[in-house]
Amino acid sequence: MNYNWDWGVFFKSTGVGQEIYLDWFVSGLGWTIAVALVAWIIALILGAVLGVMRTVPNRLVAGIATAYVELFRNVPLLVQLFIWYFLVPDYLPEGLQTWFKQDLSPATSAYVSVVVCLGLFTAARVCEQVRTGIQALPRGQAYAGLAVGFNLVQVYRHVLLPQAFRIIIPPLTSEFLNVFKNSSVASLIGLMELLAQTRQTAEFSANIFEAFTLATLIYFVLNMSLMVFMGWVERRVRVPGLMVGGK
Amino acid sequence: MDFSQIVPALPALMEGMVVTLKLLVMAVLGGVVLGTFIALGRLSSNAFLSGLAKAYVNYFRSIPLLLVIIWFYLAVPMLLNWITGDFVPVGAFASCLVAFMMFEAAYYAEIVRAGIQAISRGQVNAAYALGMTYGQAMRLVILPQAFRKMLPLLLQQSIILFQDTSLVYAVGLMDFLNSARSRGDILGQPHEFLIFAGAVYFVISYCASYIVKRLQKRLVV
Repeated sequence: MNYNWDWGVFFKSTGVGQEIYLDWFVSGLGWTIAVALVAWIIALILGAVLGVMRTVPNRLVAGIATAYVELFRNVPLLVQLFIWYFLVPDYLPEGLQTWFKQDLSPATSAYVSVVVCLGLFTAARVCEQVRTGIQALPRGQAYAGLAVGFNLVQVYRHVLLPQAFRIIIPPLTSEFLNVFKNSSVASLIGLMELLAQTRQTAEFSANIFEAFTLATLIYFVLNMSLMVFMGWVERRVRVPGLMVGGK
Repeated sequence: MDFSQIVPALPALMEGMVVTLKLLVMAVLGGVVLGTFIALGRLSSNAFLSGLAKAYVNYFRSIPLLLVIIWFYLAVPMLLNWITGDFVPVGAFASCLVAFMMFEAAYYAEIVRAGIQAISRGQVNAAYALGMTYGQAMRLVILPQAFRKMLPLLLQQSIILFQDTSLVYAVGLMDFLNSARSRGDILGQPHEFLIFAGAVYFVISYCASYIVKRLQKRLVV
């Protein structure tokens, strides 16, 4: 069989309106970033709360957080996504249900599902990192905080969390990158993010290799730039004398 | 919710589970073997070889697994066509297996590399002092010790892979999740079957992680 190599394919018309294939990739990348960033914000906030919960001296609170982590870590991401997209909307209250199913465009309701799913999924992983970070601090830190007259909330707010977050930047970076990679599952519920657009380009143009090479390149560059960015953040917030440089 | 329809559907779901487990076991074995060679390549003193291994690992670690699965599904038949000259039908199973093996090898390679590096330098020197070749030293001295140390990590990665096998949904392979979904659709109870599938994945992964944790404690010297 003859394969027609054509690296100019990205500038050709898709046959849909005025668009060229490159436009598809750009809009796909936009969706990927929009999913990943919002999901990451949810994951960071919820993960920090859960991570704190796992370390407080209260069995019930710690138990709830542990149960959350076990549940969200042991069910495949795709199953969770299907649950959020196909199952949960049916059990929402009447008003919310009509809003989700009728008022939102298909792309938006898929987007909401993916963001919620990925945010809660990643929160379990962030929680574990936050917990490790807090537990890595010398116990004296918390005691000193209490001795100065802080209450437990203040100890976490002013003593433990600011230090813990700085220690865990390297593992958090890899979770951050994972959010971008995991966001590709959105293509399976019809959100036209980067991978879905790639597949569509491959199928429309029959230039499979070019399409997937470009997608790989985009993911690669995205990864590298996020890594550089997080490395910069890490250097900026490093506590002198507390951490040894590098990863 | 009415879970009564699941019982008669169990044989079909079992078939799906067999596909999932077959995929898992073959991908783990292939991935670990390939990963070990990549790790050895990365640790080799040959700059070209270690660069190549590093590029492989970085490449697969920076792209989503789903992209690899879909790409291989579309590309493997085409590549075989080029090589052999005629049309060879490749099933979704074979293309997924290759995708998982190559993708996971990058992750296993990092684990194996850390395991080998954790073996004290004296072991290698002792092996060489006894007159062993590189191959003998690796096979008889270093790798057996390294594998014992990294067994928990390899198993943990394999549990993650067990969950990730559900991504073959993208190319329509009838694994456990997909067979549960299609049964649920046919019987008009998609929610029940989805919850059941999630519960099965949960129980298996949870028990497996528990066993790995126990193993880890036992292996700590």
